[in-house]
Amino acid sequence: MLDPKGPIALAERNLLFDAFSVMMIVIVPIIVLTLWFAWRYRASNTKAVYTPTWANSVRIDALTWLIPTVIVIAVAVLLWRSTHRLDPYRPLESKEPPIDVQVVAQDWKWLFIYPEQGIAVVNQLVFPAGRPVSLRITSDTVMNSFYVPQLAGQIYAMAGMQTRLQMLADQPGTFVGRNSQYSGGGYSQQHFEVQAMSQADFDAWVARAKQGGTPLDATTYPALAAKSRANPITYYSTVEPKLFDTIIDKYRHSGHAHSAPVRR
Amino acid sequence: MFGKLTIEALPFYSPIAAGGALVTVGGALLVAIVLTWLKAWKYLWTDWLTSVDHKRIGIMYVVLALIMLLRGFVDALMMRAQQAMALNSGGYLPPEHFDQIFSSHGTIMIFFMAMPFMTGLMNVIVPLQIGTRDVAFPWLNAVSLWLSAAGAALVMVSLVIGKFSTAGWTGYPPYSGIEYNPGVGVDYWIWAILISGVGSTMSGINFIVTILKRRAPGMTLMRMTPFVWTALVASVLMAFAFPAITVACGLLALDRLAGMHFFTNAHGGNMMNYVNLFWIWGHPEVYILILPAFGIFSEVVSTFSRKRLFGYESLVYATAAIGILSFTVWLHHFFTMGSSANVNAFFGVMTMIIAVPTGVKVFNWLLTMYRGRIEFHPSMMWSIGFIVTFVIGGMTGVLLAIPPADFLMHNTTFLVAHFHNMIIPGVLFGYLAGYMYWFPKAFGFAFHRGWGLGAFWCWIIGFYLAFMPLYLLGLKGMPRRMETYNDPTWQPYLLVAASGAAVVLCGIGCMVMQLYVSIRDRAKTRDLTGDPFNGRTLEWSTSSPPPPYNFAVIPTVGDREAFLEMKEKGIAYRRPAAYEPIRIPSNTPIGVILGAFGFVLGFAMVWHIWWLVLASGVVMFAAVIVRSSNDDQEFTMSAAEVKAIEDQRFRLLGSRS
Repeated sequence: MLDPKGPIALAERNLLFDAFSVMMIVIVPIIVLTLWFAWRYRASNTKAVYTPTWANSVRIDALTWLIPTVIVIAVAVLLWRSTHRLDPYRPLESKEPPIDVQVVAQDWKWLFIYPEQGIAVVNQLVFPAGRPVSLRITSDTVMNSFYVPQLAGQIYAMAGMQTRLQMLADQPGTFVGRNSQYSGGGYSQQHFEVQAMSQADFDAWVARAKQGGTPLDATTYPALAAKSRANPITYYSTVEPKLFDTIIDKYRHSGHAHSAPVRR
Repeated sequence: MFGKLTIEALPFYSPIAAGGALVTVGGALLVAIVLTWLKAWKYLWTDWLTSVDHKRIGIMYVVLALIMLLRGFVDALMMRAQQAMALNSGGYLPPEHFDQIFSSHGTIMIFFMAMPFMTGLMNVIVPLQIGTRDVAFPWLNAVSLWLSAAGAALVMVSLVIGKFSTAGWTGYPPYSGIEYNPGVGVDYWIWAILISGVGSTMSGINFIVTILKRRAPGMTLMRMTPFVWTALVASVLMAFAFPAITVACGLLALDRLAGMHFFTNAHGGNMMNYVNLFWIWGHPEVYILILPAFGIFSEVVSTFSRKRLFGYESLVYATAAIGILSFTVWLHHFFTMGSSANVNAFFGVMTMIIAVPTGVKVFNWLLTMYRGRIEFHPSMMWSIGFIVTFVIGGMTGVLLAIPPADFLMHNTTFLVAHFHNMIIPGVLFGYLAGYMYWFPKAFGFAFHRGWGLGAFWCWIIGFYLAFMPLYLLGLKGMPRRMETYNDPTWQPYLLVAASGAAVVLCGIGCMVMQLYVSIRDRAKTRDLTGDPFNGRTLEWSTSSPPPPYNFAVIPTVGDREAFLEMKEKGIAYRRPAAYEPIRIPSNTPIGVILGAFGFVLGFAMVWHIWWLVLASGVVMFAAVIVRSSNDDQEFTMSAAEVKAIEDQRFRLLGSRS
């Protein structure tokens, strides 16, 4: 996270640093004063001034409220703007067209579906560097949290619902993605490889997946969704259309008008 | 006959689990043998277990908290050891066991260490500080204690019979639902929390009424001590927040037992409702725990700086503001659930606003030290250590309150380090400061200072060693709750963190030694005056330990620092012309009976032993009826008996001067 490789993670990290610096203005003096007062006014130092009944000062009272208020207002402005700017639902501004990837959390692995390319991959997320990646995320099991520290931060994956996240890698590279929400026995091994590559390499990668993989459809999906640990990277040459929606819909029965609302 | 309970429930699935069970059973047996050897059963029963005296109930709460602190700490030590060695390997714990440990660690530390510790200190001190003879509802107080103990006992029993939850201390569904967790672990967690939660709600109500209705004449609201103020606000929060978790756990229990669908994935269930309900309790809970600690720091800093507390009014308003704001920030526990930017930003800003009154408090403690005469009693050291360390945690809290930054750090060890940074230096240091400050008041002899200072230094050094690496690991993107990992750059940090846990272990060793040495030397270190620290508030005006009635004559309060004012006016130790008889609530076994059968009820619910559920429910109901139809709940201590006790007290006072 300290070494971000894309504009989202970079902006999130810079935000962290900015807020950190603003707060140091008050944190450091408090720590120094505490230690200084403790030493200066120790009982054995009888030379120090002693005012046992001094307990009130409107002016100082006002200051003690004012200083934190000012700091908080400063950070709150930063917060309000950045929260809107970095809303994970907001598409990234870029000259390049975004690439759509659908993400399904399973016990204990991640399935990535590429609707335009018609392929799917387990435990590997590949995309061209420099192009925004627009993720739609759900879960076919318990709550997970899709997390790529160096590129995007995280968002929960929940069954019957879809969440969204945007990311972009400036340069080609390999990164780690994880589930950060405890989900059972295989949780610790539920990580995946993230690869940003050139557009040409990406196209070649798609072609390889189409040739090397097996089809993913209603008959092969249940075996994949079953519990398994430390799965190797696996390619699927074709994907049943609307598979992602089917996974969401199976938890949303038509008879239940009050199912959880979805923020698409 | 025994529901789901079979011989399979015994923990022979792993030698470590079996060892844990053995230690638990062995410890209980050892205590039983020692009690029998000392022939102490009758004393324990008549003087303690059946007592409704707030001081004894408070001490029992603290004993419960210290025992559970040991258990929770062993969990912590095991987790640190596992993560220190689990690079590319399974370490020494299988995942199912590691998962139970992080779940029980959190559950125990919040519900069965911090809550009883806080309630215990409130019990011992609040009635003394407001100048009354007991809490408003002494029997209800005993019931609260024994229900908390029943919950703690359920967690302990899960070590021996069956398994504990693996769903973390927050128990998020759908993972904690029956579909993904068919075992008994989550049920143990639910029933432990439901049963003790009822006790906490009643404690809250009890202390609201006590503080509002039972203050000594002259003690207006703005003359209450800072600890009483924080106890009042915490009690209000308890009464309002605990029902939320009771409902959340109740609905989860219905999902699990009755096939309902409040929080399931399908059939219209909505896990997000649980998460909201849990944190509508969970965030105020943080302040329930920390406000009384703030109160203790205020008392301690003032006493050991030999100076009036600076900015009392500010402090009171800050406390009240925190109490109200604590209900407006719960969503910051799940910025990553996909709320709109407006919602996230609103809750982020609300969270930051809480930093204002908290900052005010920090300045007030600082200004109380300013131009004081500071004595480095262990309690003062906990307070100084708290201020320095707590502001770091406050700062990381504000960082996490910024939603986009939270997207990076949520669910990582940065978050783990942050809340431990609030709970250990904030909550636990506060309670330990109170424990070392009021120990002589509760027991009548000095608490060894050297071992107390040793405990402080080990705890604070251990804290920094254990949690600063976790902040850094979180920045490197390490999620929490990892049983194993494959990133070799993490291991050095985890080794340092484990060494921190070892240093804290030394601190706990110091605390054990402090108790041992102090009890051994008690004859030499008797507190004859009841006022060993030149105290300022009413609890120091009575003897140590206080008599059953606390005050032979209810004091009349003329100042915020009521006892200091009396001493300055020379009226502190004035004896009345004659004593009056005093009504005192009688001991009753009904409280401990309710706790025992509450435990049985919970155990039977966990294992689906329905006849036992019914039977224990009937017994509890009957016990309440019996108690309610008993009109003879108090006895009178005659004026002569009061005079005899007071004569003794003034003889001791005289022998000292």
